[in-house]
Amino acid sequence: MTELAPTLDARGLLCPLPVIRLQDAVRTLADGALLEVLATDPGTLHDIPAWCRVHGHSLLESHHENKDLRFRIAVRRQSQAQRSAKDAG
Amino acid sequence: MRNMDTASTKAAGPAAKSRPKAAALISGGLDSMLAAKVVLDQGVEVHGVNFFTGFCVEGHTHAIRKKDQAKDKRNNALWVAEQLGIPLHFVDVVDEYKDIVLNPKHGYGANLNPCLDCKVFMVHKALVADVLDGGFDFVITGEVVGQRPMSQRIDTMPVIARESGADDRLLRPLTAHNLSPTLPERRGWVDRAKLHGFRGRDRKPQIALAHRYGFTEHAQPAGGCCFLTDAKYAAKLQDLWNARGQRDYEFDDIMLLKVGRHLRPAPHYKLIVGREEGENNFLAGYRGRFPHLRTVSHEGPLTLVDGELTTEDALLAARIAARYSQGRAADTVTVRLNRPGAVAEELRVAPLPPMELPTAWHVGG
Repeated sequence: MTELAPTLDARGLLCPLPVIRLQDAVRTLADGALLEVLATDPGTLHDIPAWCRVHGHSLLESHHENKDLRFRIAVRRQSQAQRSAKDAG
Repeated sequence: MRNMDTASTKAAGPAAKSRPKAAALISGGLDSMLAAKVVLDQGVEVHGVNFFTGFCVEGHTHAIRKKDQAKDKRNNALWVAEQLGIPLHFVDVVDEYKDIVLNPKHGYGANLNPCLDCKVFMVHKALVADVLDGGFDFVITGEVVGQRPMSQRIDTMPVIARESGADDRLLRPLTAHNLSPTLPERRGWVDRAKLHGFRGRDRKPQIALAHRYGFTEHAQPAGGCCFLTDAKYAAKLQDLWNARGQRDYEFDDIMLLKVGRHLRPAPHYKLIVGREEGENNFLAGYRGRFPHLRTVSHEGPLTLVDGELTTEDALLAARIAARYSQGRAADTVTVRLNRPGAVAEELRVAPLPPMELPTAWHVGG
């Protein structure tokens, strides 16, 4: 069963605003928390995965839902040093 | 310095930390990318910072215009961060930035670009106000002496350091050899010998350094990322201020200035005519707040009206909307005028011939 997650509604916003709202929302969440994002700007298909990669969060899913784009993200809390060590290893 | 946060009292220096930590202003262009890379390669922990002012060229404009949607829609600042392997923090400064645009202490550049005040603001926010709460030891920018006529001159670069409050914690790695040693250099956090002495508008040194790092692609040249440097955009912003009788703007105002053909037939109203499908879709989002016109007998663009129309104005506005429709050569075109909260009116008009559309009505050329 899919775990219920809070949803950030970024529909109607143009990039980079959906990513800025996502960044602000993630700041309030703990390691392992899930967040869903709804957006309409096609640019989010590129920007949200890229933002997750540079911050080490996990993008679990992204798909079209009618005219919307839905993303499911798992928050990962690790320092840049930890990520660097992981990359190096 | 106006309306800026109280300077941080954080001690400069990574005494209790394993390595120094820097905030790099990342625009998405080549220079800020190279500057961050030069310092990153010296073992400094670098975090990217990108300020969203509302005047950024990339992102919004590409998302709006249909013809741009075929292009790669990546956010260049994010792309740079990913290439460098550093985190990137966006900072929404739309509201605060107003004061920089409206009241620049150092004035404007060629258009309405307050470049010097802008850089002072951003360096201050990143390092001294520490909006990211990162406790950074210093800040990095991609500035190069002599590259920009206002903010990147040998006499104005010290102004940015001083007025931002960063002082000698502002490092410009690409042009450091043209400037006095900064705190990170004196403390040995970075090796001055490994910094650069680029100067002037020649881009060859940056291109060569990019090749050395193996960066095979990069985004727009420095300075090309802000609408305020654009003469046509600046003319539209000035027209908005003139028409309203005050220098002020809301976020939606500056968004709408990026979109459509702007025509002002009279001081009390302006028409914004969509130029293609993407712009029409974007303008459609404002239908609930603005009077708008749509041709119904022929295919045509959506036209928003910024202002109030008299009966006579409405007929002229309908003729202009018809002129940009598929019915431009027809004898009459039916145009529907919607005013928020009112019943729609249908107007049958003759499209305005191009010769009756004065060039002076085109705001921003």
